[in-house]
Amino acid sequence: MIKFLLMINKQGQTRLSKYYDHVDVGKRAALEANVVKCCLFRKKEECSFVEYKDYKLVYRQYAALFIVVGITDDENELSIYELVHNFIEVLDKYFNRVSELDIMFNLDKVHIMLDEMILNGCIVETNKNRILAPLLALDKMAES
Amino acid sequence: MPAVSKGDGMRGLAVFISDIRNCKSKEAEIKRINKELANIRSKFKGDKALDGYSKKKYVCKLLFIFLLGHDIDFGHMEAVNLLSSNKYTEKQIGYLFISVLVNSNSELIRLINNAIKNDLSSRNPTFMCLALHCIANVGSREMAEAFAGEIPRILVAGDTMDSVKQSAALCLLRLYKTSPDLVLMGEWTSRVVHLLNDQHMGVVTAAISLITCLSQKNPDEFKTCVSLAVSRLSRIVSSASTDLQDYTYYFVPAPWLSCKLLRLLQCYPPPEDGAVKGRLVECLETILNKAQEPPKSKKVQHSNAKNAILFEAIALIIHYDSEPNLLVRACNQLGQFLQHRETNLRYLALESMCTLASSEFSHEAVKTHIETVINALKTERDVSVRQRAADLLYAMCDRSNAKQIVAEMLSYLETADYSIREEMVLKVAILAEKYAVDYSWYVDTILNLIRIAGDYVSEEVWYRVIQIVINRDDVQGYAAKTVFEALQAPACHENMVKVGGYILGEFGNLIAGDPRSSPLVQFNLLHSKFHLCSVPTRALLLSAYIKFINLFPETKSTIQEVLRCDSQIRNSDVELQQRAVEYLKLSSIASTDVLATVLEEMPPFPERESSILAKLKKKKGPGAVSAGELEEGKREGGEVNGWEVNQQKSEPSQENASSLTTSPSPTPTAMHLSLTSFFFPSSLSQSTPSPSADLLGLRSAAPVSAAPVSAGSLLVDVFSEAGPAASTAGVNDDGFLRFVCKNNGVLFENQLLQIGIKSEYRQNLGRMYLFYGNKTSVQFVSFSTTLKPVDPLVEGGAQVQQVINIECLSDFSDAPLLNIKFRYGGALQNLSLKLPVTINKFFQPTEMSSHDFFQRWKQLSQPQQEAQKIFKANHPMDTEVLKAKLLGLGTALLDNVDPNPENFVCAGVIQTKAQQIGCLLRLEPNAQAQMYRLTLRSSKDTVAKRLCELLSEQF
Repeated sequence: MIKFLLMINKQGQTRLSKYYDHVDVGKRAALEANVVKCCLFRKKEECSFVEYKDYKLVYRQYAALFIVVGITDDENELSIYELVHNFIEVLDKYFNRVSELDIMFNLDKVHIMLDEMILNGCIVETNKNRILAPLLALDKMAES
Repeated sequence: MPAVSKGDGMRGLAVFISDIRNCKSKEAEIKRINKELANIRSKFKGDKALDGYSKKKYVCKLLFIFLLGHDIDFGHMEAVNLLSSNKYTEKQIGYLFISVLVNSNSELIRLINNAIKNDLSSRNPTFMCLALHCIANVGSREMAEAFAGEIPRILVAGDTMDSVKQSAALCLLRLYKTSPDLVLMGEWTSRVVHLLNDQHMGVVTAAISLITCLSQKNPDEFKTCVSLAVSRLSRIVSSASTDLQDYTYYFVPAPWLSCKLLRLLQCYPPPEDGAVKGRLVECLETILNKAQEPPKSKKVQHSNAKNAILFEAIALIIHYDSEPNLLVRACNQLGQFLQHRETNLRYLALESMCTLASSEFSHEAVKTHIETVINALKTERDVSVRQRAADLLYAMCDRSNAKQIVAEMLSYLETADYSIREEMVLKVAILAEKYAVDYSWYVDTILNLIRIAGDYVSEEVWYRVIQIVINRDDVQGYAAKTVFEALQAPACHENMVKVGGYILGEFGNLIAGDPRSSPLVQFNLLHSKFHLCSVPTRALLLSAYIKFINLFPETKSTIQEVLRCDSQIRNSDVELQQRAVEYLKLSSIASTDVLATVLEEMPPFPERESSILAKLKKKKGPGAVSAGELEEGKREGGEVNGWEVNQQKSEPSQENASSLTTSPSPTPTAMHLSLTSFFFPSSLSQSTPSPSADLLGLRSAAPVSAAPVSAGSLLVDVFSEAGPAASTAGVNDDGFLRFVCKNNGVLFENQLLQIGIKSEYRQNLGRMYLFYGNKTSVQFVSFSTTLKPVDPLVEGGAQVQQVINIECLSDFSDAPLLNIKFRYGGALQNLSLKLPVTINKFFQPTEMSSHDFFQRWKQLSQPQQEAQKIFKANHPMDTEVLKAKLLGLGTALLDNVDPNPENFVCAGVIQTKAQQIGCLLRLEPNAQAQMYRLTLRSSKDTVAKRLCELLSEQF
């Protein structure tokens, strides 16, 4: 199961966080700080999976942005690693070359896309068109 | 794609975010946020109704603030109001706010539930999805109560849209996890399973998570999913990469779904149906074949997706553990990955191979990669990969390669990361023990371990080496020699001093023939380390010194000198001081024979599961020890070199140990004493958690639990004269003597059990109530006593009562024994206590005048009718206390009988079924000398003698 998904920039600031198990606000900050410590300073040649407490962290870097997913050990690491890439491709498709700012200014939309892909800690949809469908419908409504 | 401008028209939001980004300090940021929060609060409270756009903007701001780590304590109501809006955008932002910010115990749940109910019945698929997402995200008990009946219907209904089905599946999973009692699958089971056949891949992807969870809980009911999953998988695997259109990812058809199908199959054993199994094996072979085909794309995404499926397929092959052909192919595939340039693949291959190593079919195949793995341990730049390599070496180790692997791990330890050293040390210790063919190699390895990574050598490790040296007499001489050499190093680790002290204290004599390691040289070497050591180590060394006095009488004066010096005998640490004082006294008072008995060589430890293995399991957590490792333990534990014995086998040897404690013969008693006294010179120590118990590898107090209590009193007996106590040792004597003059109280108590008694006597009859109290929170099972049947289960914290009736047939001197057996946490506990039934309990007091008393006294003047003892007062000579004790004895206390008012005289008749025995007693205290003279006269000589013995311990 996926426990959480974080988008963190190189300065260690959280840009998006989604928890699939309830975590107190106070504890989130500590957890995110630890995750930053675990993942951000790793070198290129080190592997993308880090053991952290009861979870495994799967992380992937895109320019200055890190995406870190916390999973339990019944999840397939490589498939999550590619799920992250799929998510980025969805964002890319929607924002047309996504940047950190797009995510900050459109948190609600990023959340919609994420909810279409992962629900309750499980992968629910991987087809890019279907992930984007509700959002595009929404945009159409806003235009009219 | 629509042209999305930054901020999408929400200028206020853009301004706020850039303000935050421009803040130079945390303080400035907090100030800006507080300003914004005040602004939003006033907007929400304001009279002017906000339009949907503003509400959305403010909720976005709140989300952003929340993300920065600030708790949001308002806005919830506004969000709930948005839910009932008819505009999709507003509804959507309301749901988003709630799923991010509302936790499952919010008071708003009822209102939220209402909105959800409306949306679910709206038949508008987008609204339904929003509502279902919300349930899946919040998932409270109340939501389960409200919707658990509704959602399965939505999930399987024929006219439900695919996207709604997907949300409904994961929503149901959430409710099943929070409140399994409310989600009744019964009638839906088969229709849910058939979702695996759904034409829509998205529905299958969502449903499979639900089915996997349900299958884990109710495997039988969902069994039919196996064949459906196999056929689905087969269709995906054999499809051309273009067949599945949008579900193809970089030329790999439906990688995530394939992984999930393979994962679902891991909930079940191999399919029984031959056709299904054949199809599955074909799938797995196809997956393995594809790994060898040239890649369809150079993109890393392609190979990652392909390998994700491959690793999952290998996991399934390992799970089945029944297809040697597939297992070997899997191993070869992983072997290729071990040298792949992608670190991720090397990491995963090492991890996967670790489980492969425990299969009997592939163990040999895994072993062929040993050089690669050793190389990985040495050259990998990522510590987590090195850690996996170490794990794999541990898993692939067997008798044939143990020496090589242990040597490699030892040399790696010198440079290993601090974070993994302790675990490495444990692993080396376990392997060295498990595969030791000659024990000199084992001893060398452990001593090397202490030399290289002494700080990481936990107690379990050095306890274990001592246990093994004690139990194997063929290695004792070598161990003494090696440890003696190791101690020559100018700086050696404290753990080395501990092992050295213990081993030389036991077996120093084996190397004393060599003048280079003569007794005095040994002692001086040990003592040269003394001052650099911590208190527990010094305490151990003091015990080693007293053992030296026994081993080498020629060292006696030197050691006594050391013990006598102020830094020992006046040490501020009470344990050290007590040991110094007691050992000094013991060495000067006790005869060589007594000394030899007390300080006899340690008896062999009972054989049991290695405490180190237990520690490694604990360290890794119960789930972390792979099933393979446990099985391996099962397979080999029974006979590994004769001394690593698993739980079942250790049972008889534990019984041996306990018969040792209860046996009345003097030799095992002395052995037992020497065992406990090595660590417990004083009864004082018993209150602290006992290191000797740990040394024995016991996790609970176990059979020895009674020993520390008796050890103290035994030592006292040794000092006075090795008298009758020897025959009763091992049995709790202490409690027994306290009950001569009283009938109620606590008879026995240790960390596990408390036994209280209450008793009453009339003439030659008595009744005793025994109360067994379980002091732990864990149930005792198979609880039994030798007296009569009692409830075999004693719950944690509970008390069990037992009533016994007693009849005195004739006079007696030995108390009846009470044996108690029970299991606590798997370990058999065995206790032997003397029931405090003494001859004096059957006294009838007899009042008589001074004249009568002295007349009878004279009548009982034959020498054997009198028993007399002169002894020192153990308690303050308080007249009132003395009187109370004599009354408690059961006799009549006669006033104005003895011409000396300081003296006490008593009279009584002991009632037995066979006869009545008159007794007279005279107790003469001498306050100046703090001595008593006790005289008893009785018509029966044995009674006088026994009473005298009993009473002399009371004052």
